[in-house]
Amino acid sequence: MGVSAMTTPTPEAISTPTVVRATNLSKRYGSFTAVDGVTFEVHQGEVLGLLGPNGAGKSTTMRMLYQVTPPSGGELELFGMRSGLDARRIKGRLGVVPQIDNLDEELSVRDNLRITARYHGLTPAESRRKAEALLAFAELEAKATVEVRALSGGMKRRLTLARGLVADPDLVILDEPTTGLDPQVRLTLWDKMDDLKRRGATLLMSTHYMDEAERLCDRLLIMDGGRIVAEGTPRGLIHASLPPFVVEGRLIGGDDTPFRALAVEDARDFVRSGDRVSVFVRDGADALARVLEGGADADRTFVRPSNLEDLFLRLTGHGLRE
Amino acid sequence: MTGHLASIGRVWLRNAWVYRDRWYYGLLPNFFEPVFYLLGMGVGLGFYVSTGGAFDGDYLGFIIPGLIAAAAMNGASFETTYNVFVKLHFGKIYDATIATPVGIEDVTLGEAAWAITRAVIYGGVFLLVTLAFGTAFDARLLGALVAIALVGFAFSALGLAFTSVVPTIDLFSYYFTLFLTPSFLFSDIFFPVAERFPPILATVAEFTPLYRSVQLMRGVMQNGGEGVLLDAGYLLAFGIAFLAFAVWRMRKRMIQ
Ligand SMILES: Nc1ncnc2c1ncn2[C@@H]1O[C@H](COP(=O)(O)OP(=O)(O)O)[C@@H](O)[C@H]1O
Ligand SMILES: [Mg+2]
Repeated sequence: MGVSAMTTPTPEAISTPTVVRATNLSKRYGSFTAVDGVTFEVHQGEVLGLLGPNGAGKSTTMRMLYQVTPPSGGELELFGMRSGLDARRIKGRLGVVPQIDNLDEELSVRDNLRITARYHGLTPAESRRKAEALLAFAELEAKATVEVRALSGGMKRRLTLARGLVADPDLVILDEPTTGLDPQVRLTLWDKMDDLKRRGATLLMSTHYMDEAERLCDRLLIMDGGRIVAEGTPRGLIHASLPPFVVEGRLIGGDDTPFRALAVEDARDFVRSGDRVSVFVRDGADALARVLEGGADADRTFVRPSNLEDLFLRLTGHGLRE
Repeated sequence: MTGHLASIGRVWLRNAWVYRDRWYYGLLPNFFEPVFYLLGMGVGLGFYVSTGGAFDGDYLGFIIPGLIAAAAMNGASFETTYNVFVKLHFGKIYDATIATPVGIEDVTLGEAAWAITRAVIYGGVFLLVTLAFGTAFDARLLGALVAIALVGFAFSALGLAFTSVVPTIDLFSYYFTLFLTPSFLFSDIFFPVAERFPPILATVAEFTPLYRSVQLMRGVMQNGGEGVLLDAGYLLAFGIAFLAFAVWRMRKRMIQ
């Protein structure tokens, strides 16, 4: 089941390895600009992440891709087809996992999958087969005949993910697939997405969790205020903009001299907010030894690798979740 | 085009699946509503009013076609108001549907098709019950079924048009109480409106869809087809106009 279209690429897919091409794409609601001229591509077989805080324009960008929000400007092509003109054919090759579960509460778990398969034009027999395969994928076989309203949050999410795969999509769009889920439920969902990744699926996902982005995405677009502020691989982005380590400390009595003693390459590598200090450094172990020697409190000082959250803060001046 | 027809059919199918799993809940009310109306209004009240005039000594027979038309109206109206509103705003299931090759136009037309089906089921059961109250078992029953479908079409279009513009579910009571209830009372189902009210009011009544539905149903069931083309044409045009409006509004609402 799943993404067989990946393993046997159509001739079209071979000639267009670029699945999505957005050029200067924008969306305005009245005088408010939700998406402000974004340019990006999604390549076949990659997992591309949209990382950004609430209101960054991630959902709007994705909705334009899956043809339910008409762009206000720019160009958008999917599978070599012009967005809008070929909406029906484009949607036929997409799988969509929306931010908010919109399962059909009046139908059973199995029928949710079957009707979506029918919407995609599968025959009744194919739909039934597809539903069984996806019930297994989502580990919901035991719940097949249960009404959706009786499922737990995690089960609903798995079903929504499975529903997005009924048409063997050439691109799966996942809008914050794990937001609001318990940690262990997130882990099972990540496993499912790893599964898809291994099968060579092309995924576009949004998230405001940096650990999710780092773990699942091959490439990231960092969005803020409707714009793409940075683009690259998770590690590459961090390495290009930040020293690899951070020494963090909580100050007692506001004395930051031990931290100030560390030489920084860039003024922005020294960050102080209240009684917290973070210093970005090349050699973490050496820096830690030096601040401790200088008198920093050993219980309140530690080293960690710099991460996407740091990068985001550096790029936008604010955090991912605020 | 065939793609759209197939999509409309699948939206219809989704509703049919839901109905398949719970039709029996609606069956008893569907059966007893006509029984109560025919007993209470026809057999009971009819005894006192069957003295002549338009009723021609048979009040029960007079009200049967109109009550069937009203049943079709109610079936289509509930389906396209409350049920569609809930799917649109609370369940958000159309958001999921239009992320597939099915478009919002297909959803709207599929809902209309389903509402017509419900009207035919609801009105059809009513029609069958009237067999026990004097309706003849002959070919006119088929004509009556077609008429029921047309009534269902007109009211599903109107219901969808209303649903596509209302912001909250509370406003449906306006539709039901201020429009459907007076329609029910002043559409010649129970008495000839023109004989009791000033011409201006009677003229207004004559242009309402339920009035034309009642005329159509009487024409098919009792008057040998007299005037039915005009009434059918009216309901068809009415339905097409409001359905076009509903499709346009639903697109505005869902695609933004
Ligand atoms: N239909 C709409 N009408 C008006 N504003 C909208 C609409 N949809 C989204 N927005 C606004 O656009 C901005 C981006 O929203 P969204 O794309 O949902 O962000 P994200 O998914 O990154 O949280 C937000 O400020 C949001 O309020
Ligand atoms: Mg969002």
